[in-house]
Order: sequence, then C-alpha cells, then structure tokens
Amino acid sequence: MITPRRLFLAAPGLLLLPRAAHATAEAMAEAVRGFTGGAPVTRGRVTLDISPLVENGNTVPLSVVVDSPMTAADHVRAIAVFNERNPQPHVITAQLGPRAGRAMLATHMRLATSQRLLAVASLSDGSFWSDEAQVVVTLAACIEG
Amino acid sequence: MIHRALMLALLALPALAQERRSGFEDMAPQTQAMQRDDTSNPGMLWALEGEDLFRQPAGPAGQSCASCHAEGSMQGVAARYPAWDTARQAPIDLAGRIAQCRTDRQGAPPLARESQGLLALSAHVGQQSRGLPIAPPADPRLDAARVQGAALYAERRGQLDLSCAQCHDDHPGRRLAGSIIPQAHPTGYPLYRLEWQALGSLQRRLRGCMTGVRAEPFAYGAPEYIAIELFLMSRAAGLAVETPAVRP
Amino acid sequence: MARVLINVPRTAARGEVITIRTLIQHLMETGYRPDANGVVAPRDIIRRFTCRYDGEVVFQAELSPAIAANPFLSFTTVATRSGVVEMSWEGDNGFAQTETRDLTVT
Ligand code: HEC
Ligand code: HEC
Repeated sequence: MITPRRLFLAAPGLLLLPRAAHATAEAMAEAVRGFTGGAPVTRGRVTLDISPLVENGNTVPLSVVVDSPMTAADHVRAIAVFNERNPQPHVITAQLGPRAGRAMLATHMRLATSQRLLAVASLSDGSFWSDEAQVVVTLAACIEG
Repeated sequence: MIHRALMLALLALPALAQERRSGFEDMAPQTQAMQRDDTSNPGMLWALEGEDLFRQPAGPAGQSCASCHAEGSMQGVAARYPAWDTARQAPIDLAGRIAQCRTDRQGAPPLARESQGLLALSAHVGQQSRGLPIAPPADPRLDAARVQGAALYAERRGQLDLSCAQCHDDHPGRRLAGSIIPQAHPTGYPLYRLEWQALGSLQRRLRGCMTGVRAEPFAYGAPEYIAIELFLMSRAAGLAVETPAVRP
Repeated sequence: MARVLINVPRTAARGEVITIRTLIQHLMETGYRPDANGVVAPRDIIRRFTCRYDGEVVFQAELSPAIAANPFLSFTTVATRSGVVEMSWEGDNGFAQTETRDLTVT
C-alpha cells in the first residue's frame, strides 16, 4: 500500500516547474494606463468570470460581460484583460460597438501561476469600469520530462 | 495456467470496488464544459482534419479511406479496439490499424505514431463511436495480451517504485500535487490535453505516467502498450467513448 | 492553412443578437518557452482577429502571448441583414487566414 506520505514524497518528482520572468503589479498598472490614458477606473458594471481554482494554466476559459444597453448613444467601445504575473501584463483587447448587441467577450487564456486578473471596459461616455479576479493555479502531475 | 485463469476471472469482475467513473467526472466544471461544447473543444480541430484526410486520395491508386469505407461504417469501431490482427497474429490498436490500412491497402507513405495525420484520422474514426459503450471483443486470442496488460498494470516500476494500480485503484479521487488521480479509463483518446496544448494518444498519456514515476517508457507502438490498453479497455467496459475528450 | 472551427448561425431574425464562436489551430508560441535544449523558441502568435459583417468591422481583438494555444474567441453581433460574415486572423511570420460564412436574416 502506498501511504499518503509516500505519495506526498513522490509528488515533487512528478513536477516540472516552469519558471519565467513575470510581470508585476506595477507593470500591470502601466499597461492599464496605456488602455485608459490615465483616466480613473471605477469598480462595477463589468463581470469577469474565471474559475477561482484552475487545474491547468495552459487553457483557462474566461469571459467578460459589461452591463450596457449597447445603443449608439451608450455602449462599450472596448474591453481589455490584464494579468499580474504572466511574462507580459496584457492578455487581450477587443474593440466593439453598438453592432455587438451585447458587450461580451469569451476566450481561453494562459496563466503562468496563481495571480490577480483585471478586466477593464471603455465606455462611449469616456468612463472606465472594471472587475478583478484572483485565480489559484494548481499544477498538473505526471508532466513529461 | 491456474494463475492465468485466476487473472481472467478477476478481469471478469467489475474492475473496481467503487463506482467506475470516467476521468471526465474528476475534471473542473470549466474543463467539462470545454469538452461538452464542440466549438470550444480544441480536439475538434484534429477531428475535422481527420475527416478531410479520410476523403483525400493518397497512394498510387489514388484511393482515399472513403473509397473503401462508406460513410458511417466506422461507427462503433473505436469502442471494440484493440482487436486481433490476423495478418500479424498479434493484437493491434486502432491507430495501428489505421496506419496499416494506409500503407498496406492505400499504398500511401506511412503515418508515424503521434504524427498529426495519424492523430487526426484516429480522432475522426474515434469520434464516430462517441457515446457508445466500450465493448471489448470476446476474442480468446486477445486473452494472453490482456493478462499481460493486467500484470503490467500491477507491476511496480521506476525509481518511485509505484504500480499503476497503487495510484489508480488504491487512490483514485485523491489529489497528487493538485491533480486528481482519475481511475485511468481510456475513454477519450486521442484527446486534447491542456498540458500538451495538443491532441495526443493513450500511449503518450501512458508515457507521461511512466516518466512520472521515473520509469523508462516503452517505445511508441510497443506491444506492452497495446496489452495495457486491452486491459484498461476491459476494465472500462460499458463506459461511453468520449473521443476527442479534453483532460487537464 | 490552419484548421478552423466556426460557429455562426445560418439564419437569424432581424435584430436578434447572435453569438459567434471561433477556434483556430495555432501554437501561439509565447516567445518565453525554452525548448528541450534550453533555447527559447521565438514568438509566433496570432496578433489580431477581425470580424466583418456585411463589410463593416463589428468586432476586433488584439491578442497577446497570454492567449492559449488554438485560440478560442466568442462574441456577439446583431443580425441586421443577410450578408457575409468574414473572419480573419493575422499574426507573426506572415500568418493570415480568412474564412467566411453566409448569414440569412429573416
Ligand atoms: C483499398 C481499400 C481500403 C482503403 C483505401 C482503406 N481501407 Fe481500411 N480496411 C480495408 C479492409 C479490407 C479492412 C478490413 C476489414 C476487416 O478485416 O474486417 C479495413 C479495416 C479498417 C479498419 C478496422 C475496421 C474494423 O471494423 O475493425 C479501420 C479503422 C480502417 N480500415 C480505417 C481506414 C482508414 C482510416 C483508411 C485511410 C487512411 C483506410 N482504412 C483505407 C480496406 C481499406
Ligand atoms: C503516481 C501516481 C500515478 C501512477 C503510478 C500512474 N498514474 Fe496514471 N495518472 C496519474 C494522474 C495524477 C493522472 C491525471 C493526470 C492529470 O490530470 O494531470 C493520470 C492519468 C492517467 C490516465 C488518463 C485517464 C483519462 O481520463 O484520460 C491513464 C489512462 C493512466 N493514468 C494510466 C496509467 C497507467 C497504465 C499507469 C502505469 C503504467 C499509470 N497511469 C501510473 C497518476 C499516476
């Protein structure tokens, strides 16, 4: 019988830890400024949906929905997603407009490690809104050496 | 001989004391959703490519797979492999059969194990058994290999001195460095593993489990893998085929 | 040509918000990943995705290496009138691919 202790001891042998230089909170803030032009960002109206616990950082489903009527007078112009600890802070920027009907974006992203993510929406009235999420990435076992 | 009879009797029993469950059940809901929805399952890109390859003429006679195999004729095939190969007098897995048809019947250049083309064709053929129960053939010529597979599964190996059974039968559902240990049912192959960021075969998955315990893996196509697959398929009999599945 | 999987409804009612989903086969090599010999593979990613509907850009996205291999994108658009939905991907090393789907609006 294999004891839990045995398994625990075995575990590090099964891991390969990819470690690379990563972005920082400052780099992320800088990237956000690049998107907003330094305008203030208010928490709200944006919903960033991503699993809080991710079993493999290579392909992580995420979606962003912004509460907006998406009319010619009042719509979301762009949605951007940023991260704190991948090699680069930028994930994706989408340009949309009233023809989208809904302010929605879904994709699969990579997460180098556990970290904070931020989604920012740029609205037609010049305001910026955001939501953030904290994600824990567990590591896959039995990775090919 | 008594030993062998006993092994076969054990094989005939419901493989595990606990409820059998596909690795699908152990996945996070987000990963399950990715598999369930064909437009977000990247494995479908390979299955689509396989569908094209199936219709593409190759070899001197300009025949395609479809010239000999009618639409729909591949339904249920993946659910009953590995099977007995009369020509070679040995068990053969589905990828091996496809590769054989390609060289011997189509006369086209061989497709290597784990090549994009062979994975794509295997995914396309496998997809046509989706949802069907795994139904290992009762062919007694396969018994010896199945018994060998059971023995390989129970054998300790590698620097960590662990058998497949110690993880997959004794500790399924437990976490191993973040991953949940599944019951090791080969229901979804070839499948898209997030770790690989690509489609891969059962043999690639088994290699991962072998290098994981620091054992030297068998070479691709080795009879040992086919023996293990025969055993795993009999252990998974009745579970639904999921090809092309998604796994972490 | 990269393999693509596109889901656009064939028909929609005028004014209906339709969801478009796309998957394209691409490694999305980050430019940070060392190979078996420790040599970092150069970046090779899809940088931009554009969706035009009836000739007008309705959605565009700039992608970074943080987008997963075999990029998946899903977004919406309002069915205005029957026409062609054109999707194109552009990236490093001259990567360019365009796919179209017909949408009938009733
Ligand atoms: C010249 C005709 C021909 C061509 C071309 C051909 N096959 Fe076959 N295939 C056969 C025959 C004959 C069998 C054997 C049927 C049997 O023994 O039951 C077979 C068997 C198979 C089987 C096993 C079916 C089963 O029920 O066990 C698979 C899978 C298969 N072929 C896939 C392919 C694929 C994929 C291609 C294209 C790469 C292909 N074949 C090309 C003639 C062909
Ligand atoms: C140290 C524990 C351990 C050992 C020993 C081990 N595996 Fe695994 N195996 C795992 C884990 C953990 C996973 C799931 C990996 C993941 O999700 O990252 C897995 C996955 C699998 C799968 C994939 C199941 C699916 O749903 O697709 C199969 C099949 C498998 N193992 C078979 C084997 C075989 C056969 C052996 C012996 C040669 C073996 N394993 C040895 C831990 C182990």
